[in-house]
Amino acid sequence: MTSAVIDQEVSSTFTPSSQGNQLPARLFSKQSQALIYNYKEAAVQRMLDFDNVSQRDTPSVAGLIHPGSDGGFYKAFFGFKELVIPVFNSVKEACQACPNADVFLNFASHRSAFGSSVKAIQEPTLRTIVIIAEGMPENEARSLISMAKKNGKVIIGPATVGGIQAGAFKIGNTAGTIDNILACKLYRSGSVGFVSKSGGLSNEMYNVLSRTTDGIYEGIAIGGDAFPGSTLTDHVTRFEKLPEVKMIVILGELGGWDEYGVVDALKRGEITKPVCAWVSGTVAKIFPTEVQFGHAGAKSGGESESAEMKNKALKEAGAIVPQSFEDFSNAISQTYNKLVAAGHVKPVEEPTPPELPLDFKTAVKAGKVRKPTSIISTICDDRGEELTYAGVPISTICDEQYCVGDVIGLLWFKRRLPEYASKFIEMCLKLVADHGPCVSGAHNTIVAARAGKDLVSSLVSGLLTIGPRFGGAIDDSARCFKDAHDRKLSAEQFVEGMKQKGKRIPGIGHLIKSADDIDKRVLLLKDYAKKHFSSSSYLEYALEVEKYTLQKANNLILNVDGCIGVLFLDLLHSCGLFKKEEIEEIVNVGYLNGFFIVGRSIGLIGHALDQKRMKQPLYRHPWEDVLYDTTPADY
Amino acid sequence: MARKKIREYSSKSLLKQHLASLCNERLNLKMVQVQQGSLSLVELMTLPAHSWLQSTKLVVKPDMLFGKRGKNNLVLLNATVVEADQFIKERMGKSVTISGKTGPVTHFIVEPFVPHAVEYYLSVVAKRDVNTISFSSCGGMEIEELWDKVKSVDIAYGDSIDTVNLHEIVDNTIQNREYIIDFIKNVYKIFEELSFHFIEMNPFTLDQDGKPFPLDMRGEIDECASFKCGNKWMVDGDPIQFPQPFGRELFQEETFINDIDEKTGASLKLTLLNPTGRIWAMVAGGGASVIYADTVADLGYGHELGNYGEYSGDPNEEDTNKYASTMLSLATRNPDGRPRALLIGGGIANFTDVAVTFKGIIHAIKQYSDEIVRSNLHIFVRRGGPNYQSGLQHMREIGHKLQVPIKVFGPEVNMTSIVSMAIQHINTSPNIDPSTALKNHSNGNGNGNTNGNGSSNGNSPITV
Repeated sequence: MTSAVIDQEVSSTFTPSSQGNQLPARLFSKQSQALIYNYKEAAVQRMLDFDNVSQRDTPSVAGLIHPGSDGGFYKAFFGFKELVIPVFNSVKEACQACPNADVFLNFASHRSAFGSSVKAIQEPTLRTIVIIAEGMPENEARSLISMAKKNGKVIIGPATVGGIQAGAFKIGNTAGTIDNILACKLYRSGSVGFVSKSGGLSNEMYNVLSRTTDGIYEGIAIGGDAFPGSTLTDHVTRFEKLPEVKMIVILGELGGWDEYGVVDALKRGEITKPVCAWVSGTVAKIFPTEVQFGHAGAKSGGESESAEMKNKALKEAGAIVPQSFEDFSNAISQTYNKLVAAGHVKPVEEPTPPELPLDFKTAVKAGKVRKPTSIISTICDDRGEELTYAGVPISTICDEQYCVGDVIGLLWFKRRLPEYASKFIEMCLKLVADHGPCVSGAHNTIVAARAGKDLVSSLVSGLLTIGPRFGGAIDDSARCFKDAHDRKLSAEQFVEGMKQKGKRIPGIGHLIKSADDIDKRVLLLKDYAKKHFSSSSYLEYALEVEKYTLQKANNLILNVDGCIGVLFLDLLHSCGLFKKEEIEEIVNVGYLNGFFIVGRSIGLIGHALDQKRMKQPLYRHPWEDVLYDTTPADY
Repeated sequence: MARKKIREYSSKSLLKQHLASLCNERLNLKMVQVQQGSLSLVELMTLPAHSWLQSTKLVVKPDMLFGKRGKNNLVLLNATVVEADQFIKERMGKSVTISGKTGPVTHFIVEPFVPHAVEYYLSVVAKRDVNTISFSSCGGMEIEELWDKVKSVDIAYGDSIDTVNLHEIVDNTIQNREYIIDFIKNVYKIFEELSFHFIEMNPFTLDQDGKPFPLDMRGEIDECASFKCGNKWMVDGDPIQFPQPFGRELFQEETFINDIDEKTGASLKLTLLNPTGRIWAMVAGGGASVIYADTVADLGYGHELGNYGEYSGDPNEEDTNKYASTMLSLATRNPDGRPRALLIGGGIANFTDVAVTFKGIIHAIKQYSDEIVRSNLHIFVRRGGPNYQSGLQHMREIGHKLQVPIKVFGPEVNMTSIVSMAIQHINTSPNIDPSTALKNHSNGNGNGNTNGNGSSNGNSPITV
């Protein structure tokens, strides 16, 4: 009954390098292009911005892969110009269309990164697969490692931000924003090869290296997992082979045995360039129990996995190892200065990176630009935690049981109407909700529904009949009656005046209803107004007019449109919430037909659903119902 | 999320259950778990499922993820159920010290006593490219001394167990050789199917029916695979528990942060080290957080370090606020008048929006401004990354506005330079009287800012 067996065993048989065959030395160039799976907009733009300051001729993003999409294109900036990047549905399609892209950048989640990475490994055109997701199961990572080995591919990650070859190619979000790239001079090549587990610290080290050396040639974050796809040793071995790299900087971490691979390579004399190394996690010894640090692979455990032992082994193998992280930059600086003194590092050319236009969103955030807005909206705000209608949160609307009339009050009139007014609006909606299948709106809806059109097409087909002859006379009648009433015309003057101009009076007359067959709807409206409105002078005026027109014909009654129109005038004038100019505006803008449109939509939807429910076939108007009176044209 | 050790009871439950379902192999494994605050052994034995407890001699062991139990007299062998119950009751909840780690014993495993002559050793370990199976006929407490008798074989990851010749590690001196090889193959199958990272049976033996019987078993599984294997990781019908390492009970604050961490795609970690410590660290980034803690220890102040903590992966404002509030609540809990420090540190972020995460922190500072002053806490900030300028600016402004001592730095200074500043503060700043600190503060004499640090204008870092 014992423990510590793992430690004893594994430390004697760890594998120093991921591949039996070593990785190719050169992974990226100024021509490298990537395919991005499950692309993140910010990452794409940051890659292209890097391309611009590095003066690349071609964008580093060749295509995007969005499984389940219909393909198409994605727009992003390449310097001042806008670039159109193709979007593909599958890895295979993307590889066929973009054979030059050899980097696969996988932003899929930890649940799905495995499947997409497997597909990428199988594509002959791809060589480097970068996996961003944190939390991939270790067995999936191990499967990918073994597949990559068989197929001669390189994996960076999982759980990484990626890496960067200064002035040539940048993976995803590596090195952050463009100002950081400029500050750390990552737009041009330096002579340090840097590798670490941590993406955040890589960026920190790019900053340190830009101050203590001529900057990085390449930096790789291998990721914090226990089994990274490529190891510290893999990349150190690559840096040894790259002639541009003059010195190697490693930032290791407690947990795992990867650093011992570097130790062995140093001992075997395979690494000849100066190596500055530091393994973090010396603090673990003061912790009373085992601690899981932020990275999955960073666990205080056996002694050989400790930071002290690894630092000691690296130092003994010939690496330059400081006393603490604080001394790391000094150690790097001294090593670099020796290389300069010995003439191994030539002074770097300092190109001036082209100006990059500030991204608009960034500039707004930073308060650096202003821009007139294109749209004003004054009724509804969806930006906060809760949606508001005219400033009233929807929770209040529900909690205090606002009715539909109240909501119309808020969104159309921008105020809370008194209860009787809201109820009146609802009453109008109810009364106009439907008027049978034969009226033109319902008929059209029925014909459209039977032609197999969807709900919204059927609805709109009916709504489009609303106009001066059908349901759309509320505004016009309000305008006419208001004008006549306010000018104090007598009923006779008004009617005869209209007649002289050859105009029908909107709101007067009905096809079917008459003085003998009273429209019940009009009665109900009039009764409600008499009971609740404090004034009804417009209604009374309209009834005077009706009296006069009925002398001419029995069906020239005040119809439902006209009645709603004049009653709204009474409501607006008597409720005390609207100024005179506001009432003018409401009538002129044409609010009131809205009641008919909203109300009748209820009925039209009902008709469309009714036809679909009954599976009614295509409607064809019968021949015998049409008078064919055609004369042959001359031909 | 990473590899997690599981209790012996859980390991054996998974083994028993899945040997039956995957390999059609039924072992004579019987065990019960006795937990603190739950049914006692004599109560458990009245349940029909556990009636065997009364008809057999028993073995009792603590099940707390520590080894060397025999060497520490924590194992009871060949006992009756009454003796076993007595043994557990005497030890339940009592503190023990194992390999320098101290903590109460809260879980016991009780199994049938199996008299045996042979003790075999078996382990399976996941490595980068291979799984390694190790076997020895000399298992038991002295395995470390007898390690040269252990034979191992590697199976390339993804290859079938049938590609290796297990006869090489199980030689012809072993009784029931073929049967044991079959057992190893079955264990290997479970290892793969259930995403184990490590299984060790030291020892296992053959029971009176000649069937393998693990006398002890340890297991580690890869918690990241829970979305694939979670439904197989069931113990007594419930999802498996991942206990804390021995000697480490979670504080309420750690559980709180753990819960948030599990719900978000970002990462939030908190480990309390010393609740009365005077240096607290809220550091962005898995890598940077380790380096800050290293630096505190390197400079000789590890004993004052209150916590290890980390937030990363672009957490939203609300989660960052909860994290920062928890940190401030911990850091200000012991207002003894002595100076203390909070490090809000971090490297240069790649994609975490510094302004957004700082908004959450600033909100927490507002909530705790009185406590900060009363506990003589100074805050030291260093951060870079997307929108860091506005994040740092807001941090400076809130310091001025609330007269809370905050020093703010960006990438122009070394990442860890604020550690020495914090140490200088806790060493050289005067003590305050916590009962009057707030009064003085609200009188506007800037008590919190009078230690000559020049407050928050962000220049001249102190280097050590």
